[in-house]
Amino acid sequence: MNGIHDMGGMQDMGTIQHEKNEPVFHEAWEGRVFAINRALGAWRKWNIDAGRHGIELLPPADYLRMSYYEKWLTRNVELLVKGGLVTREEIETGKAAPGSQKATPPLTAAAAYAAAGLRGNFMRPEAEAKARFEVGQQVRARNMNPVGHTRLPRYARGKKGVVVRHHGIFVFPDTNAHFLGEQPQHLYSVRFTARELWGEDASPRDSVDIDMWDGYLDHA
Amino acid sequence: MAVSDSMHAHDHDHDHDHQVVPSDPALRTKALESLLVEKGLVDRAALDALVDAYENKIGPRNGARVVARAWVDSAYKERLLNNASAAIAELGYGGAQGEHMVVVENSPRVHNLVVCTLCSCYPWPILGLPPVWYKSAPYRSRSVIDPRGVLREFGLELPEDVEVRVSDSTAEVRYLVLPERPAGTEKMSEEELATLVTRDAMIGVAKIAPPPGGAA
Repeated sequence: MNGIHDMGGMQDMGTIQHEKNEPVFHEAWEGRVFAINRALGAWRKWNIDAGRHGIELLPPADYLRMSYYEKWLTRNVELLVKGGLVTREEIETGKAAPGSQKATPPLTAAAAYAAAGLRGNFMRPEAEAKARFEVGQQVRARNMNPVGHTRLPRYARGKKGVVVRHHGIFVFPDTNAHFLGEQPQHLYSVRFTARELWGEDASPRDSVDIDMWDGYLDHA
Repeated sequence: MAVSDSMHAHDHDHDHDHQVVPSDPALRTKALESLLVEKGLVDRAALDALVDAYENKIGPRNGARVVARAWVDSAYKERLLNNASAAIAELGYGGAQGEHMVVVENSPRVHNLVVCTLCSCYPWPILGLPPVWYKSAPYRSRSVIDPRGVLREFGLELPEDVEVRVSDSTAEVRYLVLPERPAGTEKMSEEELATLVTRDAMIGVAKIAPPPGGAA
């Protein structure tokens, strides 16, 4: 989706506001939103890619206006409703629907510290996927504009680069985000020169490495 | 005295206003948490534990220990550059948002900078949760098109002959910059070295300053 989240290469977004001794959470509610998101993940009603896409689906003006954890909060309400864990009416009233059964939280306090250290699992080494590229090879990022979730940033589409790392086989976000299966593919880091991406005014020495799935690439 | 008292009163009112009128997301969060607890979807104590873990246990001191070890132990550094996830796990770190680590090394010739242009990907187990600026539109948008300008904003001016490499974290691979060990630290212990390592240097927006007063 060519959304506002895909902001690599945009200009005039303002100066970077670096805060000295920044707290982990600026307000208590931010920590609660973070923790609620993590705890709800244990229900496995959605995956990390669907979660990211949930943020991308916020209206662009809201995306720019809202703070980071406000976006998470709004996204999580949508995921809860879509995932069937909570109804829109319950969100509006703040009360569980009369007669609804009380569930047992899958994440307990005892397990929560371990959950912070819990590894996600995005690699699929056992999957049957062919590596079409190898390190050192010239490739071109496909010019594609899917309306759904993708991790191929607009600024790299159609550009030529070189494979610099082969990471192995990973879950493919473009399908996983839409619950269309993991469809694992090989993943590579591709190096693009700054001049290839931005033209002759860019530094002749600089480059950008972008992690790209096999299906994002063509031979160059 | 009167002036001071009135200023104090003003400050007090100001703070008080903030406390009794919570921001809208604060209210919505409170309502959502109550609902989720009532429905048995989350355990309040589990939320407390998660907040505590990321506020107090998981942060950039972890990454600093990794960097300091790499500076003093060349065999460890080699393992770190070849298989970062395993080398970081040797020090007991790992977990969500750090499953597949790659460490990129800075040198006098090459300077690395890490960004996530599409969202906020960041190596949680060794750097903690990302600062607001890392997740902000200005950093995400400009790091890839004008990395030198971004570094200048952080007070780091790189010579033209240094190669700037930006890593855009578009997958589940997380990047950590191994900064250069500053001069004058030859006699410092691993523990002392770790105190010099900053979060910003491990993202690549800063270099590590030599210790105050030069050689230890």
